[in-house]
Amino acid sequence: MSAATTAGPAARAAVRLGLHRGWTEFALSLRSPQDQAFYLVSAVATLVYLWINRDDAVEGTDLLYPTVVLPSLLGALLAFGVVIGPAYALAMEREDGTLLRHKALPHGMQGYVTGQLVYHSLGLVPSLLTILVPGFLLFDGLMSGGAAGWLTLAWVVVLGLLATLPWGMVLGAVVPSTQKVGTWGMLPVLVITGISGIFAPIQALWGWLQVVAQVFPTYWIGLGMRSAFLPDAAAAAELGGSWRTGATVAVLLAWAVLGLLVAPRVLRRMARRQSGSQVQAAREAALQWVR
Amino acid sequence: MVVPAPTESDPVVEVRGLRMTYGTHEVLTGVDLTVGAGEVVCLLGPNGAGKTTTIEVLEGFRLRSGGDVRVLGADPAAADDAWRARVGVVLQSWRDHARWTPRRLLTQLGGYYAPYATPERPRPVPVDELLETVGLAADGDRKIVTLSGGLRRRLDVAVGIIGRPDLLFLDEPTAGFDPQARRDFHDLVHRLADLEGTSILLTTHDLAEAERLADRILILAGGRIVADGSAEELTRQVAGSSEVRWTLHGERFVHATPDPTPFVRRLFEQHGDAVAELEVHRASLEDTYIAMVAQHERSDAPAARPLAGAAR
Repeated sequence: MSAATTAGPAARAAVRLGLHRGWTEFALSLRSPQDQAFYLVSAVATLVYLWINRDDAVEGTDLLYPTVVLPSLLGALLAFGVVIGPAYALAMEREDGTLLRHKALPHGMQGYVTGQLVYHSLGLVPSLLTILVPGFLLFDGLMSGGAAGWLTLAWVVVLGLLATLPWGMVLGAVVPSTQKVGTWGMLPVLVITGISGIFAPIQALWGWLQVVAQVFPTYWIGLGMRSAFLPDAAAAAELGGSWRTGATVAVLLAWAVLGLLVAPRVLRRMARRQSGSQVQAAREAALQWVR
Repeated sequence: MVVPAPTESDPVVEVRGLRMTYGTHEVLTGVDLTVGAGEVVCLLGPNGAGKTTTIEVLEGFRLRSGGDVRVLGADPAAADDAWRARVGVVLQSWRDHARWTPRRLLTQLGGYYAPYATPERPRPVPVDELLETVGLAADGDRKIVTLSGGLRRRLDVAVGIIGRPDLLFLDEPTAGFDPQARRDFHDLVHRLADLEGTSILLTTHDLAEAERLADRILILAGGRIVADGSAEELTRQVAGSSEVRWTLHGERFVHATPDPTPFVRRLFEQHGDAVAELEVHRASLEDTYIAMVAQHERSDAPAARPLAGAAR
């Protein structure tokens, strides 16, 4: 049967096209003034915040505030960006017909999802670099781990990405409309970020809230980031007085596995429901919204 | 070739008793329709009659409540990607791929069809050729967000036919087209049907368009196909389909008749040259359509139908 002989190559071709799609979206985004402004504003805001607090020492350590908070912030930006980014993208592209176009293609959904994964992963590069590079110029003693520290940073980023990106896709697939991403996505993610020990040590929170924070990946990504940048002695300021590297890997892996199990199912269900009249209805709703 | 080529006589679309229910509202109550290989079939019907629903079921985008549906020999609800590669769908998009250019988008989307190329049907259609075909050659490198509504629809058509489909679905393809774009599009449909042997099922509100394009016209009303035939056949089905007007000694007369020739002959036999200002109007497809839909709406769902129409 020709169907059996083309299915494998066609699926591989779709993934290749998806990689290309992700790269194209990324390149177009870098050239878009809107996205440039977004990267710029979030980087400047972060750096200004750190600069204002540049001389504060962190209690119980001989480290300065930016040294401790910058790694945590990078972790939070990662978790926030790859959940909210895909959630918005998916919700919008469900409504504007991008997804439907892919549903009409052979193996189109495989290509689409691949493209999304690539695009949002690549999108992290400018958002982290625009903070890291000026950060190193502005503040001293940021990276005390040397090569081992950079290696830790690499695996924390990869594992953090795997633990959160699928959930961004799930969120985008289940929210009823783009306007609801704020309520169902942005708000809970902001709350989780707020309790994850990014701006203040997690020990400052009530005990039960510390437990809640440690269920979600954001805290662990921040912890992993600090373990990459800070000297070993700084671990004394963490819960349990340790970087808890084993637990970090375990929690992030658990989220990644769960996400990779749930996301394809939810995405398939979303794709099944996608139709032209749905896109039409969203269009009419959006026109009402504007008026 | 391992796969037996479908014979000319096999219908590409065969629907029997298609039903669609949303909650308690029955949109399609039993649609029967057939599209033969290489045929251009036009689905007409009032708003809310279920044209889009029918097309979406055939495209495999919507699950039906009941009935038998075969499209290119498979059930669209369970069809695989090889089937998908043979089906073209022209979608109504509005703001997707804003930053892309038509050339970039067509290159990307066309790539999905490459594994399904055969010697008879090379896939995808080369992008330059396609841009030329739909009249976007001059706009291939503009950002899609800057295209006008009409140009955007051309792009939608290009996306629909890039895989050189055996069967093409078009849901109100010329909505928002200016007369020139409409004519270009009609030429394109004729070319696809004649040169590529593409079978086409389209919906439209434009009866002149249906008359120009379709080998066969289906009228969908009250959840069923109430008429099926060429424009002339449908016109003949409506009783009293011609209207004869004349004046006699300054008095005006109008008479409706299915067969005007004998009537006019008798008129002359009786009055000779006293018959003045003689006009014979054959019913247009529009008259036929209005008559058939009205006739149908009288026979069932008397309250719901006119309201549904008025709401739009």
